[in-house]
Amino acid sequence: MTNWFSSPATDTQIVHGQRIWLYIIAVITMVLLVVPTLIVIPMSFSDSQYLEFPPETWSTRWYQNYFGSDEWMRATITSLKAALLTMLVATPVGVLAAYGLHASKIAFVRVAFVMLITPMMVPVVLVAIGAFYAYVQLQILYTLMGLVLAHTVLALPLVVIVTGAALKGYDMSQEQAARSLGAPRWKAFLTVTLPQIKFAVITSALLSFLTSFDEVVVAMFVSGGDNPTLTRNMFNALRDQIDPTIASISTIMVLVTTGMMVLAQLFGQKK
Amino acid sequence: MASTDIPSTDMNAAGLRSDERLERLKLFGLSSPALILVMIILVLPVGWLFYVSFIGADGNFSLENYERMVARKSYMRIFRTTFLVSIMTTGLCILIGYPLAYFLSQLPKKWANIALITVLLPFWTSLLVRTYAWLVLLQKKGLVNEWAMSLGLWDEPIKMVHNMTGNLIGMVHIMLPFLILPLYGAMTAINRDFMKAASNLGASPRRAFWTVFFPLTTPGLFAGALMVFILCLGFFVTPAVLGGGKVIMVSMKIVSNIELFVNWGAASALGVVLLVSTMVILWIASRFLNFDQMTGGGRH
Amino acid sequence: MSKDPNDALPISVRNVTKTYGAVHALNDVSLEINSGEFLTLLGPSGSGKTTLLMVLAGFTRPDRGSLKFGDKEVIRTPPHLRDVGMTFQSYALFPHMTVAGNVGYPLRLRGVSKDEIATRVEGALETVQLGGFGDRRIDQLSGGQRQRVAVARAIVFEPRILLMDEPLSALDKKLRDQMQIELRSMHEELGMTTVYVTHDQREALTMSDRIAVVNHGRIMQLATPHDLYESPANRFVADFIGESTFLDVRKFGSDVLFGDQKLAHTGKIPDTPELLLMARPERICLVDGPAPDDMNTFEARAEQVVYQGDSYLLNARLDSGEMITLRGPIRQGTVATLPVVGDRVTLGLSAKDTVIIDGREV
Repeated sequence: MTNWFSSPATDTQIVHGQRIWLYIIAVITMVLLVVPTLIVIPMSFSDSQYLEFPPETWSTRWYQNYFGSDEWMRATITSLKAALLTMLVATPVGVLAAYGLHASKIAFVRVAFVMLITPMMVPVVLVAIGAFYAYVQLQILYTLMGLVLAHTVLALPLVVIVTGAALKGYDMSQEQAARSLGAPRWKAFLTVTLPQIKFAVITSALLSFLTSFDEVVVAMFVSGGDNPTLTRNMFNALRDQIDPTIASISTIMVLVTTGMMVLAQLFGQKK
Repeated sequence: MASTDIPSTDMNAAGLRSDERLERLKLFGLSSPALILVMIILVLPVGWLFYVSFIGADGNFSLENYERMVARKSYMRIFRTTFLVSIMTTGLCILIGYPLAYFLSQLPKKWANIALITVLLPFWTSLLVRTYAWLVLLQKKGLVNEWAMSLGLWDEPIKMVHNMTGNLIGMVHIMLPFLILPLYGAMTAINRDFMKAASNLGASPRRAFWTVFFPLTTPGLFAGALMVFILCLGFFVTPAVLGGGKVIMVSMKIVSNIELFVNWGAASALGVVLLVSTMVILWIASRFLNFDQMTGGGRH
Repeated sequence: MSKDPNDALPISVRNVTKTYGAVHALNDVSLEINSGEFLTLLGPSGSGKTTLLMVLAGFTRPDRGSLKFGDKEVIRTPPHLRDVGMTFQSYALFPHMTVAGNVGYPLRLRGVSKDEIATRVEGALETVQLGGFGDRRIDQLSGGQRQRVAVARAIVFEPRILLMDEPLSALDKKLRDQMQIELRSMHEELGMTTVYVTHDQREALTMSDRIAVVNHGRIMQLATPHDLYESPANRFVADFIGESTFLDVRKFGSDVLFGDQKLAHTGKIPDTPELLLMARPERICLVDGPAPDDMNTFEARAEQVVYQGDSYLLNARLDSGEMITLRGPIRQGTVATLPVVGDRVTLGLSAKDTVIIDGREV
């Protein structure tokens, strides 16, 4: 161990012992990044209203609360539907846009790109009240379609950026090769380009799903009536008091997220 | 050769031109669904908000929505809070994030990928879930108070949520990945020979870091910090939950203007100021920074 | 595989112009390529040679011009309908397919039956000496093997025209030399009209039936390797192909003068305002004693002698001030008698090697 302390850590020959503080800070930060999210999991099985840790008595009452409530179930289904539809709309629309911008040579591409990533830059509250107003005019307020369209707009920048980055790293002469070998452009894209940016497209799809599923502010304004989303209900519950049921929902969401990450990693490794 | 063999007098110029136009149109057309969506759902409504912000209570053109903002102390306070919270969050993120990003960039590839999960997991986890977690941990009877008291750090439970402290803790936690990821990218892109060269030329490890490594990471640092700052300016969920009414940011005022007072004019004017400040900051930043660096640092 | 050269197609390029803004990437280029010919487009980077190849392939749309494969006008035909094989500088092999998947790709597009695909893929792989490699993944191949797969993929559907964009530039020198010979003999076997792009003049000289030297979007000279080397059309071509020393000369009646020295020469004198004497280093010799009548001699002083193993380089300054470079052979017998710096030397250039060229860069 003493050897390790005095062994060089970098090319500049600083030794590990001299920067042990760096390792301590980094590890503490990593723990603080992960633990608050994960600690909710055991807490959600606490029998107490105050969610103590470690729980004195274990129970699944908050899960029963959640799964037993029509309101929570309805909201969950709305959220899942919205997220799935957002994914199904945003991914192809965004991938096409990214490809179009990548392959186009005209000057307007720059403007179009900036326009497509503005939803990420504009404060989400503005998107929410803007969409609210627009939906009143279009008479699609509180509809699933309205929610999906707004969430699609929020997800598009991510799809365009992730897919665009993958296209940038992709050798377009492969598509030219496919075309010289007899494939029309669309077929060259489907058989040669798409399989190679597959990972980015899947990532984009997962991100679109999560963007919609996690979204609060837009949902506060344009989802409602019979169709409030899960996050909207959670947010309202949080503002009022700490409902332990939310711990159980959080746990489920963390597990789903982690599952998706693992999924994404698995696809990534195949690449 | 037969005379029919002679190409048309313009050497196919007209045909080639129209082919080129058609191809460009087709390629660009691929992005039109996305552009149209953004146009209808975002650009036009926000344009309408601009318009509404200049309409007074009597339905005529008026600057009253903006005059009110300058005149009323409460509004000025909200803007001050918003900028203060954003600056503090960004600053804390840099202080905490830079060492971690540096640490990650020094790890062997295999370990770095594993350690990176600790940054990516919160990144992918719902904002609401993370905010809720802090709410639970930081409340009076929460885990942090309990442990601190049992360790003897303080005797009475300290109020850590529904105030600035809780808000900052939550926001820094949520924003950290946005800083770390582009920064980590910038750090791993640095050619290791630079540091060897610096050493060879006589720089001490510390000096080599500050004169060679650090300057090379500033674009990534700047991109990440800008991202964090911009996101903070428009942040709503975390301050609304963890701030508990004590920390009022512009976004929250906009929402309450509409939800409670149905005052579109006031809300729009606030929104316009928020949007314009965001755009001005982005515009200034874009003069120092390649846009792609920033957008390249998104979720991976 | 088709061996009958009648199967190949001639290519006719006429008045092709392509501008990017104010830059002429191709400036009114016309070029006739014979059926079955191996033609090389040679030029420095940015000269327009790749642009011209991309016009042939259909990936660059010129502003105007005509392009014919045989009798068929194809300038407006999209790339996938042109039926030309092409290899790319980066090889552009599809990493998500096996070697056989890559080579079979054009056949699958053409609806060829599975059995026939297997046979033809194996045939093409054998042509490039990669028989049995079908199941390999692309990332398991070496650079040279990838190059061969790219060629196999480009010829498997028996196109009558083959385009190659700097196919060997990513390989190391030894492999490159070997592949040059292989590609050349493959061309002789298959006989398809081949247009080959390179910036390497030695590669061009080794492989081509004819070479088109391209610069500033125009064809400077189109000639056989022999003619190109022996009588370049202008200073650019002479400079780009091989090494040479240039001396300013002028015309005086039917004579050519270097300073006051009348030069013996055999070739034609171009009718241009500026004239240069092109002296190839390996054609200059050291004269010891009286020179033959048909040899021009120059008095000089050795300034630098470089031993290079198979030969030596001598940089000498003429009494009139110009530097001239000579490459001489080295044998056991001569190695001790190489000139040393400071020696007075007499350089000889026979009349046949005294080539007078157009002195403009054009």
